[in-house]
Amino acid sequence: MNGWSALDGFLRTDPWDVGCAQAMEMLHIYAELAAAGAAVEERYPGVAAHLRACGPCGDDFDGLLAAVHVEKH
Amino acid sequence: MTGRVAAVAAFDADPAEWPRVLAGTGPQREAALAQLHALLLRIARGEVARRGPRLQLTGPELDDLAYQATADALIAITSKLAQFRGESRFTTWAYKFVIFEVSAKIGRHFWRHPSVPLDAEGWERLPDTFGFDPVQEAEWRDLLAALRRAVDEKLTARQRRVFVAIVLNKVPLDALVIEMAANRNAIYQTLFDARRKLRAALAADGYIGDDGWRRS
Repeated sequence: MNGWSALDGFLRTDPWDVGCAQAMEMLHIYAELAAAGAAVEERYPGVAAHLRACGPCGDDFDGLLAAVHVEKH
Repeated sequence: MTGRVAAVAAFDADPAEWPRVLAGTGPQREAALAQLHALLLRIARGEVARRGPRLQLTGPELDDLAYQATADALIAITSKLAQFRGESRFTTWAYKFVIFEVSAKIGRHFWRHPSVPLDAEGWERLPDTFGFDPVQEAEWRDLLAALRRAVDEKLTARQRRVFVAIVLNKVPLDALVIEMAANRNAIYQTLFDARRKLRAALAADGYIGDDGWRRS
């Protein structure tokens, strides 16, 4: 990624983005469905848009997904 | 099957069992609390280990952070049992709290060894932040000057503060939450609005259109 595309990515906002509060509220449902292989991006596009854009919420999602996988095995 | 795993399986067979037992009293509740603590601690340790390479934390500090996150998550979970609606396994819902606690504690830890003073404005780092090639400075110099102008002229004082901290000074969002006594959603929304304003300003100045950059 070069500077132009990185800056473009930073400035580009997704109108679907639900924000941290709603994403955090839904995260356990979203992570469990994702772990089960469900099409979560289609079912919850606003949460998916947020997790792509928000580093901390994306990190929490990765952690929760890992936790769900740990419990399954 | 170990005793602990068997007990978890029994709880998960009935999603209402965990909150029912945890809301109760006596030895059954104490046993459930101990069991949940052990589960949360395992997840917290896994999470700090996953994030550890990015942090300036050593083994004992990481374990201490995992214990603190577990204790605080357990308090949060037991005080919010009524909010569990059975939309996921109880443990997944509970793990969310311990992950959030790990994030919050890592954010707090940042201020023990901040890499830059909060009032610094590292504009000279901006090209590197986005990965602009110094060799091609003639191509991006005007753009970044316009971006800086837009930050100064179009953003509110709060939006500017958040932009400077997160983008220029690389303060983690969760650390800024603590510094500004806010919450993650408020800081994210402030930066979200700033990003939208900056893009609009660059578009108005002719630097960017719907189809991308207008490079001279």
